[in-house]
Amino acid sequence: MPHTRTPAVAGWLDGEGEDFRLLGTRCSSCGSVFFPREDVHCRNPLCAGGALEEVPLSRKGHIWSYTDSHYRPPSPYVSNPELPWEPYALIAVELAAERIVVLGQAAPGVTVAGLAVGMEVEAVPGVLDEDAETARTIWHWRPTGVRA
Amino acid sequence: MTRDVAVLGAGMHPWGKWGHSFVEYGTAAARAALADAGVAWGDVGSIVGADTVRGGYPGYVAGATFAKALGWQGARVASVYAACASGAQAIAAARAQILAGLTEVVLVVGADAAPKGFFRPAGGDRPDDPDWLRFRLLGATNPVYFGLYARRRMAVHGDTPEDFALVKVKNAALGALNPYARYRKRVTAEEVAASAVVADPLRLLDICATSDGAAALVLSSVGFAHRHGVRRPVRIRAVSTVTPRFPNTVLDLPDIATDSAVAVEPPGETFRASVARAAYEEAGIGPEDLSLAEVYDLSTALELQWYEDLGLCGAGEGAKLLREGVTAPGGRIPVNPSGGLASFGEAVPAQAIAQVCELAWQLRGTAGDRQVAGARVGITANQGLFGHGSSVVAVR
Repeated sequence: MPHTRTPAVAGWLDGEGEDFRLLGTRCSSCGSVFFPREDVHCRNPLCAGGALEEVPLSRKGHIWSYTDSHYRPPSPYVSNPELPWEPYALIAVELAAERIVVLGQAAPGVTVAGLAVGMEVEAVPGVLDEDAETARTIWHWRPTGVRA
Repeated sequence: MTRDVAVLGAGMHPWGKWGHSFVEYGTAAARAALADAGVAWGDVGSIVGADTVRGGYPGYVAGATFAKALGWQGARVASVYAACASGAQAIAAARAQILAGLTEVVLVVGADAAPKGFFRPAGGDRPDDPDWLRFRLLGATNPVYFGLYARRRMAVHGDTPEDFALVKVKNAALGALNPYARYRKRVTAEEVAASAVVADPLRLLDICATSDGAAALVLSSVGFAHRHGVRRPVRIRAVSTVTPRFPNTVLDLPDIATDSAVAVEPPGETFRASVARAAYEEAGIGPEDLSLAEVYDLSTALELQWYEDLGLCGAGEGAKLLREGVTAPGGRIPVNPSGGLASFGEAVPAQAIAQVCELAWQLRGTAGDRQVAGARVGITANQGLFGHGSSVVAVR
């Protein structure tokens, strides 16, 4: 088993279990939220630009759309070519407070047959890939069981 | 003063998987366009190449690459890259030179030699590149995005996979009539439904392939065309290459998330619709004036989306328009008479130029078995990665 868990991309996620959050940034001047994070300048063309502060994104949102991947994606996606390809679902989720749509893989075991546009999902920690020492963590979307 | 430029010549290298260099394809298309125009390469004042990212350094300097292959003759040169809209930006650059009076005749060329399977990002470890990140973190290939858009249409508008399949049936029947198309066989709805799922709800035959291919245009001032003996040339009247407006609230390739609309209300129209509107405004026409449209059917479902973004029908009415035969040959506004990407597969820098080649042939009345009767006004529409889109209006 790997000894350490480290985010697959620095500064995008934080915490484990119930405390897991996606991290974005918010412009202190206009309030626009950015994910992936903007750390240098606000992208709102009407905004003179303020300091960009790290903010956790809402953990729950509703499905904007979903699909799945029946063929093995090319590199730099990491998968074991020795093993048969297992399709996984991808979900685009609308976060109401931030008014943003964020794409992510669905949690393992979730298939498109169990999804619907508008369904509530939550961000949970998942593993993108791992080797003997390190598991690289990522966000997954998982239905909460609450229908919209 | 006219703001039109004339299309003197159009040429293509057939689409396919030929295993040769993009330079060979592009040069063949260029020679075909020059022959069609009756213009000698030595009389061309400027060449604009649409770049490919798959040909190494020569691909990034496509204008010079084609100029060298045709034989250096001292023409002005430019090379442009704008993802799927590269060809349209090459046309826009050529048009600007002509309208500015810098030169009278410009050769525009785009060509690609595509890989097998999915497009993939450039190599290396590049976590600051959104295109690298979407593959690395999510395995989000292009068809994943097409699948998301298709499912969204099903949920919001009630489209069905059967509607999507009918787009392929229509376009494959037209591609069968086009000697430049890669796929020249009719396809049935049953064949679409029996093909493998790639990205639910889309199947293999809903999604365009990646192809080798090349297209070229010889553009000139209208005055040159007249002096050249072309009394009534096909004219390009508008080239729209506008960017999105913040906040862009539709998830676009290659992004992992949309802009946030928490601080600024989203614009009243989508990016795709704004690309088309800019073209209509520049040309001084509306959707009711069109004889035909060539749209970017990266997937079958996206063709239906374009009907709405071009204003051929209202939001959510795309499938109805298709089912009523309005966009089929003989309909009020035939869409993709060339057979579309469904029949060609995508050769990225060539594709937006190929769309204009089809408009030119249709407006001249030389499109053979796929001719749209009495075609007078045509529009193209296209969208690519990183906020690129284009729309070209041509008239005769």
